[in-house]
Amino acid sequence: MKFPKLTPKHVTEASLSFTFTRRAMVLGAFQGGIGALLAGRMAWISVAENEKYVLASESNRVNLTLVPPRRGWIIDRHGKPLAKNRTDFRVDIIPDRLKNKEAVIDTLARLLALEPEDVERIREDLDKAAGFQPVQVSDKLSYDQFAAVSVRLPDLPGVAPAQGFSRDYPAGPTVGHLLGYVGVASAKDYEERRDPLLITPGFKIGKDGLERAFENQLTGKPGAKRVEVTARGKIVRELTTRPDTPGKTIRLSIDAGLQDYAGRRLGTQSGSVVVMDCQTGDLLAMASMPSFDPNSFSDGISHLEWDMLSQDDHVPLRNKTLQGLYPPGSTVKPMAALSFLEAGLSPHDTVHCGGAIRVGNGLFHCWKRGGHGAVDMRRGIAQSCDIYFYVIAQRLGMQVIADMARRLGLGQKFPLPYPSQSYGTVPDAAWKLKKYGKDWQIYDTVNATIGQGYMLVNPTQMAVMAARIASGKMLMPTLLFDPKRPAPATLGVAQDHLDVIHEAMRDVVNGGGTGGAARLPIPDILMAGKTGTAQVRRITMAERRGGVRGNASLPFKLRDHALFQGFAPYDNPRYAIATIIEHGGHINRIEDAPMISSDVISYLYDPVKAMERLEKYEAGWGGSPEARLKTQMAAFRVSKGLAEAPPPADNASNASNAATGNITANSDTPPDDAAGGAANGTGDVAE
Amino acid sequence: MSIVPAPIAQLPWKLMLLITAIATFGIVVLYSAASGSMTPWAFNQLIRFVIFSVMALVLSRFPVSLFATWSLPAYGAILIALVLVELIGGVAGGSQRWINLGFMQLQPSEFMKPVIVLAVARFYSRLPVSEIRRWNAIWPALVLIGLPWSLVILQPDLGTATMIAAGGVTVMFLAGLPLRLFIGAGLIGGAAIPIAFSFLHDYQQKRVLIFLNPESDPLGAGYHISQSKIAIGSGGLWGKGFLQGTQSHLDYLPEGHTDFVFATMAEEWGMVGGISLIFAFLMLFRWGIRVSIRAQDRFSRLVAAGLTTTIFFYVAINLMMVMGLAPVVGIPLPFMSYGGSSMLTVMLCIGIIMAIDRDRRKSSRSNWE
Repeated sequence: MKFPKLTPKHVTEASLSFTFTRRAMVLGAFQGGIGALLAGRMAWISVAENEKYVLASESNRVNLTLVPPRRGWIIDRHGKPLAKNRTDFRVDIIPDRLKNKEAVIDTLARLLALEPEDVERIREDLDKAAGFQPVQVSDKLSYDQFAAVSVRLPDLPGVAPAQGFSRDYPAGPTVGHLLGYVGVASAKDYEERRDPLLITPGFKIGKDGLERAFENQLTGKPGAKRVEVTARGKIVRELTTRPDTPGKTIRLSIDAGLQDYAGRRLGTQSGSVVVMDCQTGDLLAMASMPSFDPNSFSDGISHLEWDMLSQDDHVPLRNKTLQGLYPPGSTVKPMAALSFLEAGLSPHDTVHCGGAIRVGNGLFHCWKRGGHGAVDMRRGIAQSCDIYFYVIAQRLGMQVIADMARRLGLGQKFPLPYPSQSYGTVPDAAWKLKKYGKDWQIYDTVNATIGQGYMLVNPTQMAVMAARIASGKMLMPTLLFDPKRPAPATLGVAQDHLDVIHEAMRDVVNGGGTGGAARLPIPDILMAGKTGTAQVRRITMAERRGGVRGNASLPFKLRDHALFQGFAPYDNPRYAIATIIEHGGHINRIEDAPMISSDVISYLYDPVKAMERLEKYEAGWGGSPEARLKTQMAAFRVSKGLAEAPPPADNASNASNAATGNITANSDTPPDDAAGGAANGTGDVAE
Repeated sequence: MSIVPAPIAQLPWKLMLLITAIATFGIVVLYSAASGSMTPWAFNQLIRFVIFSVMALVLSRFPVSLFATWSLPAYGAILIALVLVELIGGVAGGSQRWINLGFMQLQPSEFMKPVIVLAVARFYSRLPVSEIRRWNAIWPALVLIGLPWSLVILQPDLGTATMIAAGGVTVMFLAGLPLRLFIGAGLIGGAAIPIAFSFLHDYQQKRVLIFLNPESDPLGAGYHISQSKIAIGSGGLWGKGFLQGTQSHLDYLPEGHTDFVFATMAEEWGMVGGISLIFAFLMLFRWGIRVSIRAQDRFSRLVAAGLTTTIFFYVAINLMMVMGLAPVVGIPLPFMSYGGSSMLTVMLCIGIIMAIDRDRRKSSRSNWE
């Protein structure tokens, strides 16, 4: 076979040899050329681009880990810690580095004796986790457990043991709402702030309360640790370490002992106590119970615990001192009386109380069916006679009362460091027109003057009212300790008017009035105060005829709120207090607002005796709030058909994220019962 | 005449010094790659180098005619072995390359790299001079190359197949086939690349694509190239110093003792070490090409130049791969990469070229270099 194109040239041995030599030279030159190309490439990479690759090599080799800064302490006015840090041993999983998920989880479950539900929670978190974000396996480990995991690290890729600090609230549940809690930053937090500190294992941010409000001050500056690591993430050696700068300490005006006492003294009730200094406006205690345990929230709360808390009718997830709104009931009577005095009424003018008066087409009763007979201002307050206030209020008009209410702090916004507060309502004609488009009616005045109808307050406002009545000064409630604060301005109310009110309030407690239970067990110190009852239901016509049903026979949600506001000592006011027991119904004298107030104030004078009484009560209530929370949890587990074993304290971080969301959502809407009270505009009596 | 006995004085001392220098450097690098330890790599490599050097020197004493006689039978035997690999070879690394002989793993495709050169050279040496520009000069060579190439592609082993084809085609080029054939084939080949690409296995396609843009997947399949470039680039002019490489010692550089040994070396010895090594390899090729030019008969010439080019392809493909100029194809760097197969092949090549050199010296009695 011939290939035409290939034939033309005549080939000889010699010419072929020449061709070979020439082509071999070409080949050699080609090899040399490639060699030169490679040398050039080498020079380009290693000299021209050297800087870029040195950087890349360093960022490979050196792993910069942030050391989470220790969170600043929160201390009380005397320097006692309310929130501090505790050293703990922790194990996390970095999902990105995890190789054999099942084997690693099995090994950890064995080494750390994890409960099946913890294992389930870890699996859930791992499925949801975003690669680099560590998933907490367990914290509060013993040193032995920590060491057991640490020595097996080469076989457990992705497992990161760490020594860190966790938040510790020595008082537990009683400071839950005051301080809030901390938690692992959520994915949303990270998207907003893009701070690598947020995804550092062991770093927690304030999720609620003061922890959240003072987040910037409490968060210190992170330290940094440069370590040399292998490609598999094994640490070869530490290069340099820069220590962290702890966050600032926040000193509160709170008295830690009083706060704890007040919280515990609320016992099994759903209620709140606010204590204020009558000279400075310092808030000494803001207790809202029942509460969650911020310690367990900060570790990440279990779904179960969350469910239990959110289903509880005592609303442990609401900070009642600022978010709870209640009709103030008769506790506004001293305020109303003060407004009458300022409007020119003589305290000696009397009104005849026959048990009921007709206003418009409605019959308005006094709480005392038989009536009080002739009532002057002092007796009107001491005996809490409704008719006296109905009559005088009609004579002087609502505007007088509303102005005084606002002057004393009701319906006012106070700049307290809490993201969500409810401010309540002080109704008047303008307000009603704007809100409902209706004219003010005389029965609205009658309702408002006994703290029913549209009027709503939160416990902190009530404490401010008590403190301003006590001191005659424009006290502003404050939570931060600051001895150099300028002295408060005066209210501009005549002192003799205040004296009348003070004496009447003294009689409420010490002069055979309605608040005898609030008498202080301290010699020579007299409490002045005013009790209140706020209805949360409409009283039916049938009941009117047959007599109002006793609170004890009513379901919890329908019982009256029990309130008390006051101050002590009556002749030289030092402390003001407001106590509100949700649906207390005055059923249980020991756990009713007056006696709780008395014990809380007595703690300030004689803490030892006060504590002795409390411990006796607690024995009957099933122990401290912490112990009761545990018992409740165990019962809840049983009711859900789960094993009775108490769970280890570590739990899901996502649940605590959810907690934040829900609390915020809750706080925006006023409590149902209070709203019901507001709409309840009938002429029914309180006390 | 000197006091050194003639047989010893006649040994190619300069070449042996050059190879020993490269291999010693390789052993030093392997010592460092094992974090300053003779085990597990450096010592084995040293032993292998000594054994294969002796083997190469023994080979160099054989007459060239013996290689010529045995080239086609050897080709046939390896071809059969390649077929056997297809039939009974174990699966390793996603492709069939090995026959388990019980005492060792045999990789026949490795031997095909030098043997294809011998076989094609043998064909052209027996082809009458007048036939060289005829069709008869082309198709048998294409068959000789095509058979093992297809078998190796089937395994699939892209790197080895390329080297087999390149070795064979180089000999065809040197044999004096018309130049336009190569140019034409080159153009057609260039046009056919996209079609050929579609026939590649997924993992091969991925390698090629990642080669084109390694930064697109720095933690996945582009990891090898990225880390290799970081190792070389961070070495700078003088390197990080012996035993100071972080990329290799902290395991960022994969295959730092085998295919990517050059990156391990360059990280610690810098551009100076890299260019010295490239220069040493160029000296080796220069020696091979010069042997081929001075050789007397056609077979010797083609074999010497062809085998030199085979070694050259090892070096060139490997270095282009580690420096990000070629896809990752798994071709080791002669004398430097840890492994017996490639050193055996390269030493076979060196031994045969030495035999040709010695044969030429004997016949011409001239003392080249």
